[in-house]
Amino acid sequence: MILNLKSFGFSTVIIVVAFISLVLGGCNKPGESDERAPESGTPAKVESETLTIKGSDTMVHLVTYWAEAYMKVHPNAQISVTGGGSGTGIAAMLNGTTDLAMASRKVKPKETELAKDQGVSFNEIIVARDGIAVAVHPENPVSELTLDQLRQIFNGTLRNWSQVGGQDEEIQVLSRESNSGTYVFFNEHVLMKDNYGQAVRLMPSNAAIVQSLSQDRFSIGYVGLAYAEGAAVKVIGVKKDKETAGITPSLETVSDGSYPIARPLHIYSNGEPAGLAKDFIDFALSQNGQDIVRETGYIPLK
Amino acid sequence: MKLWRKHLERVIQWGLLISATVTIIAVLLIFVFLGKEGLPALLKVPLSNLLGDRWIPVSFENPRYGVLPLIAGSILVTFLATVIAVPFGVGGATYLSEFAGRAEREILKPFIEVLAGIPSVVLGFFGLVVIGPALKSLFGLTSSLTALTGAILLAFMALPTILSIAEDALRAVPRSFKEASLALGATSWQTTWKVTLPAASPGVIAAVLLGIGRVIGETMAVMMVTGNAAVLTASPFDSVRTITATIAAEMGEVPFGSDHYRILFLIGLLLLGMTLAVNLYARRLLVGKIRRRKR
Repeated sequence: MILNLKSFGFSTVIIVVAFISLVLGGCNKPGESDERAPESGTPAKVESETLTIKGSDTMVHLVTYWAEAYMKVHPNAQISVTGGGSGTGIAAMLNGTTDLAMASRKVKPKETELAKDQGVSFNEIIVARDGIAVAVHPENPVSELTLDQLRQIFNGTLRNWSQVGGQDEEIQVLSRESNSGTYVFFNEHVLMKDNYGQAVRLMPSNAAIVQSLSQDRFSIGYVGLAYAEGAAVKVIGVKKDKETAGITPSLETVSDGSYPIARPLHIYSNGEPAGLAKDFIDFALSQNGQDIVRETGYIPLK
Repeated sequence: MKLWRKHLERVIQWGLLISATVTIIAVLLIFVFLGKEGLPALLKVPLSNLLGDRWIPVSFENPRYGVLPLIAGSILVTFLATVIAVPFGVGGATYLSEFAGRAEREILKPFIEVLAGIPSVVLGFFGLVVIGPALKSLFGLTSSLTALTGAILLAFMALPTILSIAEDALRAVPRSFKEASLALGATSWQTTWKVTLPAASPGVIAAVLLGIGRVIGETMAVMMVTGNAAVLTASPFDSVRTITATIAAEMGEVPFGSDHYRILFLIGLLLLGMTLAVNLYARRLLVGKIRRRKR
């Protein structure tokens, strides 16, 4: 017996399509089915507590170390740390899918507005600091720039190295992608909220910027301090204005505040932290926690 | 017993029908979802902003959502990749189908398939550390992050598609065509150029279009090597930002429901429309060719 497909008319196809769209449509509401409560996965008989932390890729390294050190002392605590970017962490906090959010930038006004609608109130805790290094190709003769020169290079006003004491060559400007907390911080504190120039190349990662800086002789870019150390690039000194001396970023210059392009690293909680979250943050801020900050290449608060 | 079998066959038939329609449903649902999320942007963001030449979605001043540099970037990279890939693709297909011996074909074909299987992130890495710097010193450029670097990588990706489909088209040309030409005293080169290629042209063009369809949607390799500066340019030595790279880079952090979020869906819809149009046109050419042959 042969299957007679012709007896299945066009109308049957429509019915099947409609039926399946209905089934699929039923589970299509975002944020309802795909979120799992962190508590539900752990068996109730063990008195273990869970804490989820999401956000800044810059901070993942540090917070993971904190979590490991904390869990060694408190075996009942289960802390999961995931990256994705500062914005991702803050969005997760708005959606209620994380207990704490890591952010290398401050919460934006728009996000605070969204938070009001969701009944979330951001509580900001500064847990460490990080320097942003400005770097060029090792053969570039320029070794110092003022903040104002940096602003004009990144907003596209200064386009030639000869304008800042270098060779007569076009400046190739490298930046992080707009999803990066570093991009936003640099935009606010170096560009003074000017827009980035149109020819600025946006690179997907710190590593890609370092790679290009070491290859392209007339490029300039910024990366997290830890990425510039040991790489084949020249970190340039930054001057607050023409008179002051150029200062290169280091543990000392960032922590005493003399290096101008440094930023605080935040952890956000929803309201005052309590229980495990509070205990974890207290640990991060303790002497032990801040020692870990130094070991992992970030700048401790004190 | 017989009745039971009849029912079973009916069930199987339904199962097969559902399998066959799953893809249609998926495409439809994707279109509906993209439209639902993206189209409201047209109401919220003024057209003068959308059709501007600056793309600054994250800004302390007014965000600018000019999509022209993104569209131009995608088109430039795709165009360059096509220009590079077509001579190699069609030339290689002609050699394989008309001139290559059995042994040669047996060696060449697997290698072409290997090229198709290279992950794009690996190709992107290769472009970043090898092709980019090579082009930079070859043309005396100041940066290795250019549209041309991206186009060369994309040409690598389009080549296997173009080669294998164009070869199929060339091999499908009836022997009688070639025999007639050779019998009239034409050389084998004249036969290939004047008879076989023209006869296979719809299939060859379809091969090229399917290659283009593959290239427009490619993301990772392009994002790694083109520099992603949203500049409205026609120069292969400038940096460009493609639609795909924009969506991949920005979607992860965009606030849910914001204008920026909706515009990313809008350009996603645009991209889907572009690839679908190219693919459908290519299919029509292929199907048309087969119908004509049957007559």
